Amino acid sequence: MMRPKSTMELVPGDDETYYLNMGPQHPSTHGVLRLRLHLEGERILGAEPVIGYGHRAHEKMAENRDYLQFLPNTSRIDYLSGMIYNLGYCQAIEKAMQIEVPERAEYIRVICAELNRLTSHLLWLGTYLLDLGGFTPFLYAFDDREKLLDILDSVTGSRLTYCYGRFGGVSMDVDDTFLRAAADYCTYFRKRLDEYHALVTHNIIFRHRTKGVGVMGPELALDYGVSGPCLRAAGVARDLRKDEPYGIYDRFAFDIVTAEGGDCFARHMVRMGEMEQSLNIIEQAVGGIPDGPVLAPKVPKRIRPPAGEHYFAVESARGHFGMYLRSDGTDVPVRLKLRTPSFVHVATMPVVLPGTMLADTVAILGSIDIVIPEIDR
Amino acid sequence: MTAPHATTQFFHTFDNPWIAIAAATGALLGFITINALWLIWLERKVSARMQRRYGPTEVGPFGLLQTLADVVKLVGKELITPDHVHRPLYLIAPILAFAPLAALLSLLPIDADWVFHDFDITLVLLLAFSGLNVIAIFAAGWGSNNKYALLGAVRAVAQNISYEIPLLLAVIPIVLMTRSLSLHEIASAQSYPFILVQPLAFIIYFISATAETNRAPFDIPEAESELIAGFHTEYSGMRFGVFFLAEFTNMVIVCAVATLLFLGGWKGPLLPGFVWFFIKVYGLIAVMMVFRWTFPRLRFDQLMTFAWAILVPLALVNLLVTIVVLKL
Repeated sequence: MMRPKSTMELVPGDDETYYLNMGPQHPSTHGVLRLRLHLEGERILGAEPVIGYGHRAHEKMAENRDYLQFLPNTSRIDYLSGMIYNLGYCQAIEKAMQIEVPERAEYIRVICAELNRLTSHLLWLGTYLLDLGGFTPFLYAFDDREKLLDILDSVTGSRLTYCYGRFGGVSMDVDDTFLRAAADYCTYFRKRLDEYHALVTHNIIFRHRTKGVGVMGPELALDYGVSGPCLRAAGVARDLRKDEPYGIYDRFAFDIVTAEGGDCFARHMVRMGEMEQSLNIIEQAVGGIPDGPVLAPKVPKRIRPPAGEHYFAVESARGHFGMYLRSDGTDVPVRLKLRTPSFVHVATMPVVLPGTMLADTVAILGSIDIVIPEIDR
Repeated sequence: MTAPHATTQFFHTFDNPWIAIAAATGALLGFITINALWLIWLERKVSARMQRRYGPTEVGPFGLLQTLADVVKLVGKELITPDHVHRPLYLIAPILAFAPLAALLSLLPIDADWVFHDFDITLVLLLAFSGLNVIAIFAAGWGSNNKYALLGAVRAVAQNISYEIPLLLAVIPIVLMTRSLSLHEIASAQSYPFILVQPLAFIIYFISATAETNRAPFDIPEAESELIAGFHTEYSGMRFGVFFLAEFTNMVIVCAVATLLFLGGWKGPLLPGFVWFFIKVYGLIAVMMVFRWTFPRLRFDQLMTFAWAILVPLALVNLLVTIVVLKL
C-alpha cells in the first residue's frame, strides 16, 4: 500500500520552499476544507488535508435520539445528494426490521434518488468548470439543476435537505404531473447533455487542464477504498446499484459507466455518462410505476431493530455510503457509523497531489467532488 | 509628417499653457473613468447574455448607472492597509498602475486630425509605456506580503514578459510595410485594412494583447479559483478600484492599437472618423469579453508553452515572409 510521505514538518533554514494554507476559507475548497501545501514555486511537494471545520456530530446525535428523530439528519450529511442518504437510511432500517415496502414506493424512491443524483452531478459540473476558470457553464448547469429542484420540490416540499423517506415507504404519493415532468425532463436533458459535451468535453483548454492530471490508478483507488465515479474513472466497474442491488435497482437496464486513465478527464466522462444512465433509469421507472399505497400498512410505532449488528450500503452520487448500525433492541441506536465516500477521497490527496502544479490542485480537488459535512459528519 | 491640427487648435484655444495642460489631463481622466464605467456595464451585459441572464436592469436605463452606484459604494469603503504589508510599495502600486494611462491615451490618434501628440515614434513609446503595468502588478504583489499575492505577481511578470515578445514581433511587419513608427502615419497609410494582408500578425497580436491585459483565458495572475484574487488580494475600496480602472483602460489601449495597425483606424464610410474608431475599438473589446465568458483558464506552464513554442515561432515566420515579400 502506498503511504504518503510526511513532508509537512517545517524545515528550518529552507529558503527554497514554502508552506501555503489553502483554506479553510478559499473559493475552491468547496466549503471549509483546509489543505496545507508544501510548495516549491508552483510545484507541490506535499499536501495534507486538515478536516473537521464542518463537524456537526451526526454520528453522536444518532446515539441520542430515536430512529425516526434522526431521519432529518441524514439528508444534511451530504446535502447535495440528500435524497439518496435519506432513502438509504430508511432502507437500512427496513432491512434490519424486515419491513416490506410497497411497489409504488420503491418506484418513487428510484425516480427521486436518480433525480437527486442528476442534481448532484449537475452542481459538480458547474462548480468544476468554475474551478477551472470557466464561468458560463456554471449558470447553465444551475439553470438545469433548478428545473430538477422544482420537480423534487413539488413532491417533497424541500429543495435540498429532503426528508421524504419513511420507514416502509415515502411520506407523500406522487401525481401524474410529477411523473410527466420527470419524463419531460429526461427528453429535454438528453439534448442538453449533447450541448455540454460540445461546449465542455470538446473544449481544448478543458482537455489540456484535465487529461493526465490527478491520476488515481485502480491500485491506489482500491487500496484507499475509493468508490463511486472516482473508482469507475480508474476502470474498475463497481456500482452498488449493480453489485448488490438494493431496492428494485435490479429491474432496470443501465450500464456501469467506466473510463480509462483515472485522471480528472476520466472522472468528468464518468459523471457525464452517469447522468445519461440516470435518465435511462428514470424513464424506465416512470414507464413501469404501478398504482397502490406508498407506505407499508403495518410499521410499528416504535422503531426497535433487533439487537445485533446491521450493515446497509447505497450508491450515493459520490460513491459507497455505508451505514453500520449496532442496536441493543431499544429505540435508540448504540452506534451508527456512517461510511462516507468523500472522507476516503480526500484521504488520497497526500498521494495524488505531490508533483502537480498549484493550479492542478484546484482541478483535482474539484474532480473528486467532495462535500465537507460528509467528510466531517 | 502630418501636422496634428486638432492638438494645435486645442492648445491655442487657451491662452495659458498650464490651463491647456490641466484641461487635457482632465479630459483624459474623464475619458478613463467614463470608459471604465461603460465597459464594466458592457462586460456585465455580455456575460449576462451569454449566461442566459439579464444583467443589471434596475439602476438607470438598461442598468447603465449600476456601475456608477457601485463606484459610489467603492469610494465609500474604508481603505484598509494591513499591518504586515511593505507600506511604501503597497501604497504606490495602485498609483503606478494608473499613472501611465493618461500618457498612453494621449498618444492615440482618434481621427485624421484629432491627436494630442504626434511624433515619429508614438508606437515605440506606447509599447514601452504599456510595459510599466508589470511593475505596478509586481509592486502590489510583493508589497502585499501575502503568498497568494506574491504568486500572482510572479505569474504576471513571467506572463507579461513572455507575451510582449510575440506582440512586438506581430507589430514589426506593419512597421516594415509602412516604414513608419508613428501611429497616425501607419493608420493613414492604410488604403485597405492591413488585416487583409497580415491576418496571422493580427491574430498573434490579439492573443498576445489579451494575455498582456491579463484577461481570461489568460487571467492567471488573478485566477480567483486558485489565488483568491492574485496580486490585488490585499487591496480594498478604491485602491482595488484603481487596478480595475487600469485593466479596463489597458483593454482600450491594446484594442486601439489593433484598430490603428490592422483595421484602418478611423477610416470607414459614411460615419465620421472618430465614430468608426470607437466602433472598431469597442467591437474588439466585445470579442475579448466573449473570450472571457467562453473559455476555462489555462494552466501557467501551458500558457508559457503556448507563447514560446507556438506564438513566437509563428510570429517569426510571419515576419520573415513579410520581409521576403517586401524585398521582392
